[in-house]
Amino acid sequence: MSIRERLSGNEASATAMKQINPDVVAAFPITPSTEIPQYFSTFVANGTVDTEFVAVESEHSAMSACIGAEAAGSRAMTATSANGLSLMWEMIYIASSLRLPIVMSLVNRAVSGPLNIHNDHSDAMGVRDSGWIMMFSENNQEAYDNLLMAHRIAEHKDVMLPLMVCQDGFITSHSIENIMLEEDSEVKKFVGTYKPEHYLLNRKEPIAIGPLDVQPYLFEHKAQQADAMRASKQVILDVAKDFEAWTGRKYGLFEEYKLDDAELAIVCVNSTAGTTKFVVDKLREQGIKAGLLKLRVYRPFPGEEISKALAHVKAVAVLDKSDSLNSAGGAIFTDITSSFQVHRVNVPTINYIYGIGGRDTKADDIESVYKDLEYVAKTGDLGIPYRYLGLRR
Amino acid sequence: MSNLIEIRWHGRGGQGAKTASLLLADAAFNTGKYIQGFPEYGPERMGAPITAYNRISDDPITIHSNIYEPDFVVVVDDSLLESVDVTAGLKNTGAIVINTTKSADYLKSVLKGYSGSIYTIDARKVSMETLGKYFPNTPMLAAIVKVSGIMSDEDFVKDMEGSFKHKFAKKPEVIDGNMKAIELALKEVKKI
Repeated sequence: MSIRERLSGNEASATAMKQINPDVVAAFPITPSTEIPQYFSTFVANGTVDTEFVAVESEHSAMSACIGAEAAGSRAMTATSANGLSLMWEMIYIASSLRLPIVMSLVNRAVSGPLNIHNDHSDAMGVRDSGWIMMFSENNQEAYDNLLMAHRIAEHKDVMLPLMVCQDGFITSHSIENIMLEEDSEVKKFVGTYKPEHYLLNRKEPIAIGPLDVQPYLFEHKAQQADAMRASKQVILDVAKDFEAWTGRKYGLFEEYKLDDAELAIVCVNSTAGTTKFVVDKLREQGIKAGLLKLRVYRPFPGEEISKALAHVKAVAVLDKSDSLNSAGGAIFTDITSSFQVHRVNVPTINYIYGIGGRDTKADDIESVYKDLEYVAKTGDLGIPYRYLGLRR
Repeated sequence: MSNLIEIRWHGRGGQGAKTASLLLADAAFNTGKYIQGFPEYGPERMGAPITAYNRISDDPITIHSNIYEPDFVVVVDDSLLESVDVTAGLKNTGAIVINTTKSADYLKSVLKGYSGSIYTIDARKVSMETLGKYFPNTPMLAAIVKVSGIMSDEDFVKDMEGSFKHKFAKKPEVIDGNMKAIELALKEVKKI
């Protein structure tokens, strides 16, 4: 039986970690994810979990400790934000290339500078090519559910990749909202025990992890990482199917909200998708065929599936909460337009950079995007394809 | 979402406006509602103006922005009235609840012709009488429940008793005072 509760996104994430009861959690506090290790350390102190909590002196050490723990054969988790993730940077690539299925809760925040503690996605987008599976969460419920599914995906023998679950700093991490929790025993049963095939503490199979990998080998190893990322797509869908059978909550690679018959579509991730749903409902009442494609899985990138789902619309706006500062568009926009090209989809597509540094994204802002799309659909005139939403100047 | 109620709190850092918004979310949650309770995080420090928000609805709430056209506004500190545009976007069909002892004429003048209902309560008096210290958030919480009619006084009082027992598990001596503050505040809030 699911339990009706009200929790913040950080509380929901810490609760998931409590129920998962990993062998090791290593973390260093940074706003707005601080509460996750804070709550979790309380569970450790109270004996609610038997996790080894490593209070490290930096995020570089947090990721290093997770790598050590996973290499030894245990299950490790961490949480961080923004500059914490920046400081992990070196070890982020090591974790994925050593094929260690570490799970991270990333509470998205703007990477400095100038210093800003509020939400955007510049932290996540900075590691989009690091070989981690990346999942985004609209609200506390999805942050919780994604974490419950994370280990089953990451530790699958066809995958063996680290995975991060993102949610919006403050907007969902610090907002109290309704949530359905699952019973501890049921979570334990669903997540299962981690049984690594190869690990350092196996006396019967002495191995080395992370030795020098020179010209004859690195290329092949990178291709294996890419293969694993490709394979993870099916595993993500299979785990989602099991999760739905258990909880009744349905997940895919992305969510299509009133997209079937939509003429105008927005693509975005995290909490803005919720605000967009609110606007879609409003516009539908006015007879405007608005729809939403909310990306849940960003790595692996479901380019083919997205192309199919959007092929019938008249105009698309991709919202990026991180500016790539490249004069060519934000990360999700360039991924989607490149997939369109590969899969022969020809839908006029524009990009909006929005919400940088915690700039609030209002329902009116989203509505203005649909109005812009109406014009693009009617005239075929893209105008400037790379735009800002909510910028003052 | 026609039953959606949106509330904006104005207070100063340290007065408990954020806590009050979370307690209101809790109380509404316990009556079976969908809720949101969230502060607007800025460069907080004691005494700086802060804003917090509530959404309460019978249906799931998906919108995740700040609140620009609230049904109700709560002002925890009347020294904000001249520096913050507290009625910005406030619906005329709604109401504002202010912790103040200032005159109706003064309030009308600083609220720039707001044509909705104006309620006041002396939360300092309520707090000093019941808690012996100045904690305006508990009386203001009771005041907004009364004014907004989100739930009956009875349900609210019963629910808060449970919440305080949980919240103050380590300080049971403050539970009685807080309950008295709630009961007195429900009587003291007045329309001008």
